[in-house]
Amino acid sequence: MTVATDIAATGFESTDKVRASLARRHAAEKRFRLIGLVAILLGLGFVAILFASILAKGLPAFWQSNIRLTINLDPAIIKISPPPQQQEGQSNAAHQAELLAWRGELASLNWGRLIENALIAELPSDAAQRRRDVSRLVTSGERFKLRDLVAANPNLIGSTVDVDLLADANVDVWVKGNIDRTLPDAQLPLNPVQRNYVAVLQEKGLLVQRFASGLFVNVDSRSSLASAGLAGAFIGSLYMMLIVIVLAVPVGVAAAVYLEEFATKNRLTDLIEININNLAAVPSIVFGLLGAAVFINWLRLPLSAPLVGGLVLTLMTLPTIIIATRATLRAIPPSIRQAAIGLGASRVQTITHHLLPLAIPGILTGAIIGVAQALGETAPLLLIGMSAFVASVPVTPLDQSTALPVQIYLWQGNELRNFFEARTSAAIIVLLALMVMLNGLAIFLRRRFEKRW
Amino acid sequence: MLDPSKFLADPSAVNVAAAAQSEVALGDPKVIARDVNVWYGDKQGLKSVSIDIRSRSVTAFIGPSGCGKSTFLRCFNRMNDTIEGARVDGTILLDGRSIYDPDLDVVELRARVGMVFQKPNPFPKSIYENIAYGPRIHGLARNKSDLAQIVETSLQKAGLWDEVKDRLNDPGTGLSGGQQQRLCIARAIAVSPEVILMDEPCSALDPIATARIEELIDELRANYTIIIVTHSMQQAARVSQRTAFFHLGVLVEEGPTETIFTNPSDKRTLDYITGRFG
Amino acid sequence: MSSFWLIVVVLAVMGFAYQFGATKSRKVARSGARLHSLPTHYGVLLALWCGVPALAVLLLFAVFEGNVIRAIVASGLPDEIRALPADQLSAILNRIHSIATGFGVAGEPETFEVQAAERMATLASIGLLARIAAMAVAAVLGLAFVLRRFGPQLRARNEVERGVQALLIFCSAVAIFTTVGIVLSMLSEAIRFFSFVHPFDFFFGTVWNPRFATVGAGGGGGYGLLPLLWGTVLISFIAMLVAVPVGLMTAIYMAEYASPHFRSFAKPVLEVLAGIPTIVYGFFALTVVGPFFASIGAMIGVEVRATSALTAGVVMGIMIIPFVSSLSDDIITQVPRSMRDGSLGLGATHSETIKRVVLPAALPGIVGAFLLAVSRAVGETMIVVLAAGNAPVLQINPLQAISTVTVTIVNQLTGDIDFTSPQSLVAFALGLTLFTITLGLNIVALYIVRKYREQYE
Repeated sequence: MTVATDIAATGFESTDKVRASLARRHAAEKRFRLIGLVAILLGLGFVAILFASILAKGLPAFWQSNIRLTINLDPAIIKISPPPQQQEGQSNAAHQAELLAWRGELASLNWGRLIENALIAELPSDAAQRRRDVSRLVTSGERFKLRDLVAANPNLIGSTVDVDLLADANVDVWVKGNIDRTLPDAQLPLNPVQRNYVAVLQEKGLLVQRFASGLFVNVDSRSSLASAGLAGAFIGSLYMMLIVIVLAVPVGVAAAVYLEEFATKNRLTDLIEININNLAAVPSIVFGLLGAAVFINWLRLPLSAPLVGGLVLTLMTLPTIIIATRATLRAIPPSIRQAAIGLGASRVQTITHHLLPLAIPGILTGAIIGVAQALGETAPLLLIGMSAFVASVPVTPLDQSTALPVQIYLWQGNELRNFFEARTSAAIIVLLALMVMLNGLAIFLRRRFEKRW
Repeated sequence: MLDPSKFLADPSAVNVAAAAQSEVALGDPKVIARDVNVWYGDKQGLKSVSIDIRSRSVTAFIGPSGCGKSTFLRCFNRMNDTIEGARVDGTILLDGRSIYDPDLDVVELRARVGMVFQKPNPFPKSIYENIAYGPRIHGLARNKSDLAQIVETSLQKAGLWDEVKDRLNDPGTGLSGGQQQRLCIARAIAVSPEVILMDEPCSALDPIATARIEELIDELRANYTIIIVTHSMQQAARVSQRTAFFHLGVLVEEGPTETIFTNPSDKRTLDYITGRFG
Repeated sequence: MSSFWLIVVVLAVMGFAYQFGATKSRKVARSGARLHSLPTHYGVLLALWCGVPALAVLLLFAVFEGNVIRAIVASGLPDEIRALPADQLSAILNRIHSIATGFGVAGEPETFEVQAAERMATLASIGLLARIAAMAVAAVLGLAFVLRRFGPQLRARNEVERGVQALLIFCSAVAIFTTVGIVLSMLSEAIRFFSFVHPFDFFFGTVWNPRFATVGAGGGGGYGLLPLLWGTVLISFIAMLVAVPVGLMTAIYMAEYASPHFRSFAKPVLEVLAGIPTIVYGFFALTVVGPFFASIGAMIGVEVRATSALTAGVVMGIMIIPFVSSLSDDIITQVPRSMRDGSLGLGATHSETIKRVVLPAALPGIVGAFLLAVSRAVGETMIVVLAAGNAPVLQINPLQAISTVTVTIVNQLTGDIDFTSPQSLVAFALGLTLFTITLGLNIVALYIVRKYREQYE
């Protein structure tokens, strides 16, 4: 009995002690749970802040200031002969030279003056003496809009046309209030006279906000900042993504099929698997170095070409596709393989007739996700020469080009921060929208076609 | 909350008020269950089970697999609360007080009602730390020497002290199966429980280790109320004073072990113990 | 363009071969003989045997013909032209090439250029004929080799499948080729770099100041790795300071406390963080986070630069959060239920169980996850390029600018890449260092995680 009482005594003592500890411990539990919740909210908060700030900065950039003008295509200013045709026996090179000369003649015509005249017609009388200030109201690239208009239709010479011309970047910044208006005059991009002109144009309703389609269809520009656009970047990225799809998907699927269906457990397959896992974790910039050393230096492929970028991105995306395809193949139950082989199908037939069709949704999903990741890569592209300014759309994958993320990188470095911060944010919105669409497509495909074994 | 005294078949058997406050006399009901039902989602695992568990004795739950005995065991320390979709209703009293009473913290309940699991589950810590875990979190030791004392006492009560006293810092997972289970028993004892629940504690052990543990259970019943779930009738016969036979979620019959095994009243019990099913 | 048409011709011939093989085998089958394989297999086999040798020959020509012709033409040039430096000689050869293809050059070509151009044009036509002839020969030989054995006994399917298997193995080996390519290319350029700068000066130098001196200045300028390595360490450290608490607690909450409803909402949103391109993070750091820190610093009177180690580190940490969180989540869920039950059965609260049982049990796996996250942080480029400033100096103030290994690689290789100057070559030495560090971290991390998983299997 003594033992029993002994235990009983200790028992009650401990219960008391346990009771004493309860309040503290439950408080600790609540705190711990709260910390976890705060951590998640912090993570969600970061996502929200990131998107909010990008949207806030970038959405306004989709509308740009345009000046509506009535331009008199004064034949006194537009003095030009008809375009030259290729003569018999003339070499290609000579004809090209003639064409270039004619174009040069066309370009050297004072289109700017036509724009200035149209502006002066709307502005106060002192504008006629202040042509320089007036000329800076419209972005310089718009001259070529007029030139191209006339080149396409020389009959227009002598008539008047109504056009919406992109205002200069500084005007846009001023109108949108992207600059501190209380700064001293020396630090403001527009002088007081120009600001006055802008006010006049606004009053007259000639300064309008139009959708900035130029952002999508124009190429990059250093001289005419307001017309800088993403066209070159789009095509460059498109070429690269096509190369990635054409190269990485077949090779990746082939490798995954081999590793899953054929390979026996030997040193070679172990080595291949280790390599794939390592490559998946190698920093992207190392692939850029590979591209620079092998593709540019050794194979002498052209610098900054989408072909080279595509090859580098293919190597980066390969591990992703291989791993995704392997997972898909592994998910297919062995019973399907056994059924096929039981009927006498060879391994290749089993794969092509039975497994691959079932695996296609998973492969597609993996490929799309891989491509979406590759779309956003910047560092390796910088190393193969894409950090240079490219003002044209690449015609073939061997031409100099840029890519969407690289263009973003170049724009954010522009000195005209007030204008380019917004434009870069807009470009980021475009990039993110593309990635969201791709990922959304992948998720949709997965949901629609995924078989639950 | 419901008045416990209404649920006792023989109110003279125990003074409920006294039981709620003080030590329960030997043989008196320590744990009382009335009309306990358990659902897992839509499936009912336990139907209207009522039983009195006597203190300072070993009660065995026997029955074929899937009959609900482990489910019922887990009700006593509210471990079913940790299972998603599990629902318990009915009344369970510990020393006359409902274990679902809002004033009774589940933490305290689990300190008073300890559990030993089917497969030994020592923590990946040293032997010392395994035993010290419970007393530490409940604040049962005032200082290090107190804690060391508790560890030693628990290991002694579990019959493990002599075997491990020189290697208390070795990992608990390095012991043999039987030793690990005794470690888990010592761990449970370290928080000074009043009831120890054992869910098929020997099913993963070899016969020698099993015999050792059965010996231990016999020693422990002097001081603890033990409920053991077992699929071995021989074990139940060896170890327990009272036996309850479960079948398909229902408590079929309950009584002194000898009676159940020699002269059961229900045909189902007879069929089970003679090996006709299960 | 001629290559393109040649490939088209080869494909057409392959098509014919396929048709021939398939029809022939069908005829034989109909006449009663038992074929070993399906008619398609015979067709494919013929197509492969005539197509693959031809394409292989074409590939050889494509790779080598250009350089061979240029070498022959160059050897025929006057001596003083041949003595010119490589790039000028190359320019002249390009002009000759223009003349040869009939496009012409601006201005009058020199006489030697015209002669050389004629030679080049002749060589090109010879090359084209040679190419066609060689391809035809290869195709015929291949076909002959297979036709000799052609008959119903021919195990066409097996051969075809062996061919397919060879193709698959080759594709798998691309991974090995890539790794080998990475290592070899970086190694060779790095070795060339070390001929300018002593490895000791590189690995242990404390000054980074590559003056754009002329080649042969004996490695003039400081090419010390340590300031860059330190920058990498500092920024990674700050990133982990942000990512580890947030990521780990997120994982714990998601794995242990969150309802399935909450999980299904919160998990995808966190995954979004993982999918955002790093250039966007860099821009975010530059335009939002940096000025924010700078203004806070101004408020409390401390000098905080907008582009600094702090800015880059914090944003990098944000980027790594989903990485840490999802890896840790996996690791924590793998801790067996029996361990949790044991702890709860003793009367521990949920948080006590997590802190004292689950986390210590999961510790090796979590450490592995952290190492993988560090490896990611070390290799990150764009965030640092945009937001860390560009100050490759050994300084410990996180509120000031700093530079890392990755930023320096970009800096050294943008602009004119001259593969003979140490300024460009150092990028490869840096790349090799970076590759080794991340490889080491990954191997250790994966090893730890694997050992941890084995424990609970």
